[in-house]
Amino acid sequence: MRLSADTPSTPPPAPTRLDLLSAMLKIRAYEEQIVAFHAAGPFPNVCTSVGQEAAAVGVVSALRAEDQILTNHRSAGHLLARGADPGRMLAEVMGRSTGYCQGRSGTLHISVKELGVVLTSTIVGGELSLAPGVALSRAMLGGEGIVVCFFGDGAACEGIFHESLNLASVWNLPVLYVCENNQWQAFVHRTETMKGDFVAPWAAPYGIESLTVDGNDVEAVRKAALQAAAQVRETRRPFLLEAWTYRQRGHMEPHDQSYVDPAELEAWLAKDPIARLEARLLADGELTTASLEALHAQARHAIDAAAEFATSSPYPDLSDLAAGVYA
Amino acid sequence: MTQMTFHDAVEAALHEEMARDPRVLMFGEGTATKRKGLLKAFGPARVRNTPLAEGIITGTAAGAAATGLRPVVDLTFAPFLCFAMDELVNSAGKLRYMSGGQFSFPMVALAMTGGGWSVGAQHNHNLEAWFVHAPGLKVVMPSTPADAKGLMKAAIRDENPVLFFMDIGLLFTPGDVPGEEAGDETMVPLGQAAICREGTDVTLISYAKTVHACLAAAETLAGQGVSAEVVDLRTLKPLDEATILASVRRTGRAVIVHEASRLCGVGAEIAALISEQAFESLKAPLVRLTGPDAPVSASYPLEQAFAPQADAIAEAARQLAARNLEAAPIW
Ligand SMILES: Cc1ncc(C[n+]2csc(CCOP(=O)(O)OP(=O)(O)O)c2C)c(N)n1
Ligand SMILES: [Mg+2]
Repeated sequence: MRLSADTPSTPPPAPTRLDLLSAMLKIRAYEEQIVAFHAAGPFPNVCTSVGQEAAAVGVVSALRAEDQILTNHRSAGHLLARGADPGRMLAEVMGRSTGYCQGRSGTLHISVKELGVVLTSTIVGGELSLAPGVALSRAMLGGEGIVVCFFGDGAACEGIFHESLNLASVWNLPVLYVCENNQWQAFVHRTETMKGDFVAPWAAPYGIESLTVDGNDVEAVRKAALQAAAQVRETRRPFLLEAWTYRQRGHMEPHDQSYVDPAELEAWLAKDPIARLEARLLADGELTTASLEALHAQARHAIDAAAEFATSSPYPDLSDLAAGVYA
Repeated sequence: MTQMTFHDAVEAALHEEMARDPRVLMFGEGTATKRKGLLKAFGPARVRNTPLAEGIITGTAAGAAATGLRPVVDLTFAPFLCFAMDELVNSAGKLRYMSGGQFSFPMVALAMTGGGWSVGAQHNHNLEAWFVHAPGLKVVMPSTPADAKGLMKAAIRDENPVLFFMDIGLLFTPGDVPGEEAGDETMVPLGQAAICREGTDVTLISYAKTVHACLAAAETLAGQGVSAEVVDLRTLKPLDEATILASVRRTGRAVIVHEASRLCGVGAEIAALISEQAFESLKAPLVRLTGPDAPVSASYPLEQAFAPQADAIAEAARQLAARNLEAAPIW
């Protein structure tokens, strides 16, 4: 049952490989700015997505304007890939009134409704609990859009993950579940909390198809996400895509990786998603060292300007403390 | 006495109790990673990491508590208790009574809350009153490292499920804490408030971080000729009604202060208690200073302003001290 007419959906123009690289570089530069803020003095805790840029860019580049995204505490990549303004994001992280949520969210729950990034929750599993309802709206109110729900391997250990998949399956809801399996669940390695290595096999018992992709290969992620999104769009049924990736930094800034096996870290750093695409583009002659340096500088400048905007933005007025709690 | 932070004082209590009683064990998300000292001392069977799943962490604690173990679970941030609500409220809180006393639940659930880290409303929510409202649960929320240690020891030894809230803003403030050699002297019994400053004109009643705001206010008030008594509840359930009532009967005036929101907060219960049992001693209406009915903003200035501040407490107390209903009754 649809309550209103569908809006025709047009796929956006395909990004070039250089576009994919630029998008990842922007995320990296943003996260490095967060790290720099921390080095400079007290700054709110932030969960960076360094190392997971390919998962964010690969998936989000496969989406259309009318699609909606739910995300979690490690959201900067998803937001930036979707076109969010890094200045307003940093302002939000710093609790300034110019932030996307007027400074009330801080880093952990940034929603940007105008970009279709809805209901960001830092309650691990919060996004999983809300995604079926968002998809139900799509199913009943019309529109071709699908709902993409990003979550971590840790979130898959919450009971709500299983409830979400089951309901989305029995109600035929167009949810593309995207698990970024980054090996870590805050201070605990996934091998301590799950018997298998992968989350994807947990979809089948609910009648949901799944696929695990090399999450540090942006082109592979994009290809898999295009297929998965097309399937959800076509069948109006859920699908689970798992990106096999790595959290290169500590759970949050200020940075601490004292509990991380250095050999594991080193092995994954060697598979850095940005370095991999750069090497490929250099080998294929699509990049020169000079043009690569220019792309890096471009990303840095964009983030410099964003940091300047955020730092010079005012804090919210204290009289706003309890405003807007009720509709 | 040694100087240690609130955080370390809790850890010291855990250490002493685990050494004393082999049935005590601790688990939670990252417990074994973060509490290396306990892991080293007591091994991986008694200090465990869990999957990221508050419901099963707490349910497992309740099941184990009812059948011979004495678990302490770290649920990290208070809002995550929402995922453990059924296990805390319906199981641990009710199944003693509902089983006709066949089972008890000697367990402790630990959670941080309160302003200080700008982490926003899904990490910072002072929801302690919810658990005060739920039968069968005890609730502790200390304000000093020494009390944190003493109350943690008492909570572990208690036969009932205890919610142990740690105020984020106090975690890394050091204070004097009695060492292990003090033995059971270091215990702070559940249900005993502390009078942390004596006074005669007005009673400031609070718990956790706002106790310190009350003490600062009392200092200011002293300079202005108003003698304020400060009561630190320490345990919210069982509530030390006798200490509250005795103090208010002496001073005739009370300001009740907490960071948690006002509606149905712990302060409402205290106000009701005083009205019911010490009404004839009151020289002025009761005043509550609390957080507003709003989620806490992540923005630092707003987060800080959420909790009642010392100057507002002093101002409220000054106004109360100027009133004397006995001299000019309004009813
Ligand atoms: C219900 C709940 N429990 C615990 C936390 C604290 N926490 C925040 S992120 C995190 C780890 C999440 O792991 P995962 O889902 O794999 O995502 P990742 O951080 O690896 O991106 C934890 C334990 C939380 N925010 N919400
Ligand atoms: Mg993870």
